[in-house]
Amino acid sequence: MKKSEEQVQKDLLRPLFESSAGYWFAVAAAASLVLAGVFALLYGFYSGIGVWGLNSPVFWAFDITNFVFWIGISHAGTLISAILRLANATWRRPVTRCAEAITVFALSIGAIIPVFHIGRPWLAFWMFPYPSERGIWPNLRSPLAWDFFAINTYLIGSISFLFLPMIPDFALIRDRATGWRQKVYGTLSLGWQGTPRQWHRLETAMHIMAIAIIPVAVSVHTIVSWDFAMTPVPMWRSTIFGPYFVCGAIFSGIAALILAMALLRKFLRLEEYLQPLHFSNLGKLLLTFSLLWFYFTFAERLTTWYGNGESEMTVFWSTVRGQFAPLFWAMVTFNFLIPVPILAIKRLRTITGTVIASIFIVVGMWLERFLIIVPSLSRKYLPYAWGSYRPTWVEMTLMASGFGLMALLYLVFSKVVPMIAIWELKVGMQEPHHAGASEAVAAHAAPGKPAIGDLSS
Amino acid sequence: MKAIYALFSDPGSAQDAFDALRRSGPSMGIDAGKIVVVTSEPFEGYDFSDEHARSPMFPLAAFGGLAGGLFGYWLASFTQTSYPLPTGGMPIVTSWTNGIIIYEVTMLGAILTTLLTLLVTAGLPDYKPKLSDPEIWNGKLLVGVTDPPDGARAALEATLRQAGALTVKEFPAVAA
Repeated sequence: MKKSEEQVQKDLLRPLFESSAGYWFAVAAAASLVLAGVFALLYGFYSGIGVWGLNSPVFWAFDITNFVFWIGISHAGTLISAILRLANATWRRPVTRCAEAITVFALSIGAIIPVFHIGRPWLAFWMFPYPSERGIWPNLRSPLAWDFFAINTYLIGSISFLFLPMIPDFALIRDRATGWRQKVYGTLSLGWQGTPRQWHRLETAMHIMAIAIIPVAVSVHTIVSWDFAMTPVPMWRSTIFGPYFVCGAIFSGIAALILAMALLRKFLRLEEYLQPLHFSNLGKLLLTFSLLWFYFTFAERLTTWYGNGESEMTVFWSTVRGQFAPLFWAMVTFNFLIPVPILAIKRLRTITGTVIASIFIVVGMWLERFLIIVPSLSRKYLPYAWGSYRPTWVEMTLMASGFGLMALLYLVFSKVVPMIAIWELKVGMQEPHHAGASEAVAAHAAPGKPAIGDLSS
Repeated sequence: MKAIYALFSDPGSAQDAFDALRRSGPSMGIDAGKIVVVTSEPFEGYDFSDEHARSPMFPLAAFGGLAGGLFGYWLASFTQTSYPLPTGGMPIVTSWTNGIIIYEVTMLGAILTTLLTLLVTAGLPDYKPKLSDPEIWNGKLLVGVTDPPDGARAALEATLRQAGALTVKEFPAVAA
């Protein structure tokens, strides 16, 4: 498939200037979920967060499950994009912006959940380290304080990583648009001109950011895992929780990315840009992480079972054959038994196949987070402190509104920014020019090499 | 700002024009710093681009990380000594846990320094009118000279056309 640069721009800018009825319907549906969530939140502020279903000893449930889940989903984007960028994987080009946007939005949603979870979000500033007359400063030995630093570092890094490559695209829209759009995009483009110096600085900055963001992303979910691993609760004190959480985060993140790409492909008519190759490659990554996830889950469970500690085994059996067993076996089925054959067999690793596997994985990984939190909290060391938990409509509404907010942010973003980095795609299209100046390179590229405008390269 | 510029269809021709302007510029009274190249995508392997490849961004990012780490250490230890919590005989300023804060603030320092260095060295933001042409977004490359001497227009145009210019224009555009 060959396309001119003009045609590529037209295709990728179309969603910014045209909207279908389906788009507005999706916006309305997502906004309705968000509004329902706002109502549930206000009700919780008025009545106290007991109406969420939280009670002694289960003080963390859907909310912290959602917190860990969304922070995990956020690992799809910036981390994967940074790795592919450093590895110079050419197929990454249509994928990176979709992925980076997921990171920023999922991280923002995840980061606000603990603020609401404290019950009085208007006092959240008490956690900030500043000299106050109260004389109560935050305890920087607590993993919750580490979360604050890690999540904010990752969020700032991810926003930068998303924004920087958008600058040249904003300049393109500035020069194409008229009226208010020209003013808005003119401001967003920061006056980008496109001189070689600017291009070099931008690419160097992206390279440094990519190097910096990978260890930050790993640290974020490791620190989230330490919220649990540093707490004396059965089945939480585990040394492998860090890598286990990071693996699960990337796993769920890739699944979310595949789902987002499939929706964008369908609704923004990007079939020629988000091709089966991209889904197949991400499917291979997903397969790897499905196997890794199973390895970690097995290792975690085996060491608990082998240790045979009374309190640990109480939680262990409650998940394997007790009250939580249906959720546990659903998790194993959704995260391993269903996706592995789909993703391992080339014939099944199609767009439809990877999307089906991803739906199961997203649900399965949410269940995994729930099963880490609630069974352990409801069966702590002393039986007198045992309790049970059942979610209320308030928690369910808040969970649904999280998905609604993600969808809404993504929809609005796709209306404001081209979901595929146009200049990066053009670099891929013109690869012979960029592989070196010599005529020999261009001549070498001619036979048997991807032609200019071949978007699958 | 005024300019004379040409559009080229490929980077090879743009490089030829760039070289020709560099060679003949002094005789026309054109300073090398006035020669401008504008493209809609990055190019590597061409002199007009590669002469800008060296930048202090990596060492500055490392310096920013170091400064961030020092700030992180100060923030953590200052907070802990300002309100010493009971630690059961363990140290008040704890290197194991403070290492996490220091690590995160180190990375934040590197990221923010990189961002700042990019903005400063790339001259962003800058909303003054700049030499550009809408055709660059269709893959054309712009090579031009800003504020050329009055008498050099004809020679400039000839140099640019000889290098393979598709068209030679003036900035701001002259009304027909």
